[in-house]
Amino acid sequence: MNEKNNTLLIYTLLYFVFLYVPVLFLPIFSFNDANYMSFPLAGFTTEHYEEMWSKRNLHKALWASIKVGVVASVISTTIALFAAKAFARYKFRGEKISYGGIMMPFLIPEIILAVAILIIWINLGFKLGLVPVTIGHTLFCTPFAMLILIARIEGFDFSLEEASRDLGENAWGTFFRVSFPLYLPGIVAALLLSFIISFDEFILAFFLTGSDATLPMYMWGQMRFVQKLPHVLALGAVIIVFTTFIVLLAFWLRNVGQGKAKKDIALKL
Amino acid sequence: MSNSFIQINNISKHFKDVKAVDDVSFEIKEGEFFSLLGPSGCGKTTLLRLLAGFEYPTSGNLLIDGIDITALPPDKRPTNMVFQNYAIFPHLNVEKNIKFGLRKLGLSHDEIGNRVKDVLKLVKLEGYEERFSNQLSGGQRQRVALARALVRQPKVLLLDEPLGALDKKLRDEMQLELRTLQKNIGITFVFVTHDQQEAISMSDRVAVMNDGKIQQLSAPNELYKNPKNIFVSDFIGETNFLKAETKSSDGGFINVSIEELGEFKIKNNLNIAANSSDVVCSVRPESMMISNVKSDWDICLDAKIRQTSYLGEMTRFYVEVKGIDKTITVSSQHFDNQSFENNECFISISLEDISLLNKK
Repeated sequence: MNEKNNTLLIYTLLYFVFLYVPVLFLPIFSFNDANYMSFPLAGFTTEHYEEMWSKRNLHKALWASIKVGVVASVISTTIALFAAKAFARYKFRGEKISYGGIMMPFLIPEIILAVAILIIWINLGFKLGLVPVTIGHTLFCTPFAMLILIARIEGFDFSLEEASRDLGENAWGTFFRVSFPLYLPGIVAALLLSFIISFDEFILAFFLTGSDATLPMYMWGQMRFVQKLPHVLALGAVIIVFTTFIVLLAFWLRNVGQGKAKKDIALKL
Repeated sequence: MSNSFIQINNISKHFKDVKAVDDVSFEIKEGEFFSLLGPSGCGKTTLLRLLAGFEYPTSGNLLIDGIDITALPPDKRPTNMVFQNYAIFPHLNVEKNIKFGLRKLGLSHDEIGNRVKDVLKLVKLEGYEERFSNQLSGGQRQRVALARALVRQPKVLLLDEPLGALDKKLRDEMQLELRTLQKNIGITFVFVTHDQQEAISMSDRVAVMNDGKIQQLSAPNELYKNPKNIFVSDFIGETNFLKAETKSSDGGFINVSIEELGEFKIKNNLNIAANSSDVVCSVRPESMMISNVKSDWDICLDAKIRQTSYLGEMTRFYVEVKGIDKTITVSSQHFDNQSFENNECFISISLEDISLLNKK
C-alpha cells in the first residue's frame, strides 16, 4: 500500500515538474544578464524589463489586446448569460441544436474558424484589423463563458425569482435586484476567463489583425531576432504572473457563495 | 364579510395533455382560512399558482374582491405567497428581505420602518434583522417568509405547504400560531397541503382535490362525518369499506344489501340511485366495536381474529367473517384489551354510522 502511494507521489511530482519547470525558465532567464538562453546564468539584471518598458510598439500591442479583450469578454459574457439562463431554466424546442451551435467554436479547429472569418470579412469588402479579431474572439469566448454561467445558474433556486415577482417587482426589477446579484460571481468569473482567453489568443489574431498587432502577435514578431529575445522573456514572465492571478481570481469567484451555506451551522432558536 | 371574495370560475389549466386543474369553480369568503387538500399531483399547487399569477389558466377567470385578475402578472395582484422552500433571498439580510416588497408601494421612510418593526414583532423575530438566511433555523426562515409576505398587507395570503419542511413538534406549534395569526390580522388565507390533519385542524373550510377536480368543499367536521364520495372518505381519516348494493329507495332512506350482512335500511343523504352496485358503505373506526360478548347494536356479527396490530389510537384486526378475510380498523378505546377466547369475537355496527357512498 505504502509503495503504491510512493509511486503515485512520484508520478504526481513528475507531472508537475513537466508542466511548470519550462514555464519557470522564462522568469529565470528574464533576469539573466545575457542575450541567449543557456546555463550557466551570467548574472542578475533588470535591464530586459527596462527595455521592455521602453518599446512603443509593445505599448501599442498591449493596448490593442486590452481593447479587444475587454470588448470581446463583455459581449461574449452578455450573450452567454442569456444563453445560460435559457438552457438552465427552460425546456424549449431546438434546445440541443442551439446549445451545440453555441459550443461549436469551442470544438472546431481555431484555424478553420479564422480562415472562415477571414474569407467572409474580405468578401464583404471590410479592412482587416482589430474589429474582425474582436468578432472572432467573441465567438471563441462565448462557449467558455456559457459553461461557467450554466454551472452557476443551474444551482439557482428559481422560486427566488417568483418570490420577487410576487413581492411586486416586474421582470426587470427582478433581474436587477435578485438574479443579477446572485449570478454576479459567475458573471465576473466568465468576464475574467474570456478576457484571458482573448488576451493570449494567437491564431485568430494572426489571420485577422492586418497591421494592428495584438500582444501575442507582437511577441511572435520579436522572436525572429535573437537580440530581442530577452525582453520577450521579460514580457512573458509578466504575462504569466498576471494570467495566474486572473485565473485564480476567476475560480475563487466562481465558487463564492456556493457551498457556503453548508459550512455555516444554522443557529437554532 | 363578503361571501364571494375570491371567485374561481370554470378554471382549467392544461399542461400539454395533462389536465392539472379541470373546470373548477368555487368561492372563498373574506377573512376565511381556506385549505386546498389533496395528494401530490391533484392540482392544488397549480390552483394556488394560478391565484398567485405564476401560471395562467387555459380557460376560466379569477376574481379577487370584485376585480378580474385572470390576466394580471404576479406583481399586480393583491396576493402574496409563502413558498414551500421559503425562497428567502440569500444575498439580503432579514430586514432587507422584509423591505424588498415595500419599494413599489410608495410608502414614506417612517412608514416603512414602522411596518417592518410591526411585522417582526408579529412573527416574533425582533433582534434578527441583521441575520442572513443561512444563519436561521427552518422555523425562523418560515417566519421571515411570512413576514415578507404580510408586510405588504395583501388581501389574500397564499401558503404553499409551508409546514412541510419542519419537524413534527415545530409543525404542531406553527399550526396553532398560523391559525392565531390569521384570526388576529383577519386577512384571507389560502393554504395548500397534502396533510389532512393539518387542513382539518386549521381551516374554516377545506376543498379536497383529486384529478384536478374538487371532490368536496365543506367545513372540516363535515368532511369527516359526511364524506361525499369514496375518495374523500378514504383520504380523510381512517375508514372501513363494506361492499354493498342498493335496492329500492324509500323516501330519505334506501334499502341496501351489504355483503354477507344482509339487507338494511340506511339514510340516503347523497341521493344515491336505487338498484346500483356502484356503491360502497363506509364505517369510521370509532363507530365500530369489537367485543367478546354479543352486543345489542343493529348489526352484530361473530368473527374470528386472525391477527391484530396495535396502531396507537387505533387497532387493526385481520378477521374472518363468514368465511371471508377482512381487515377492519377500530378505535383502540372500543376494544379495551379484552381477551378473546379461541379468538372468537363480535363486531358491532350501528346503522346510523354507516354512510353510503358512490364509488365514483
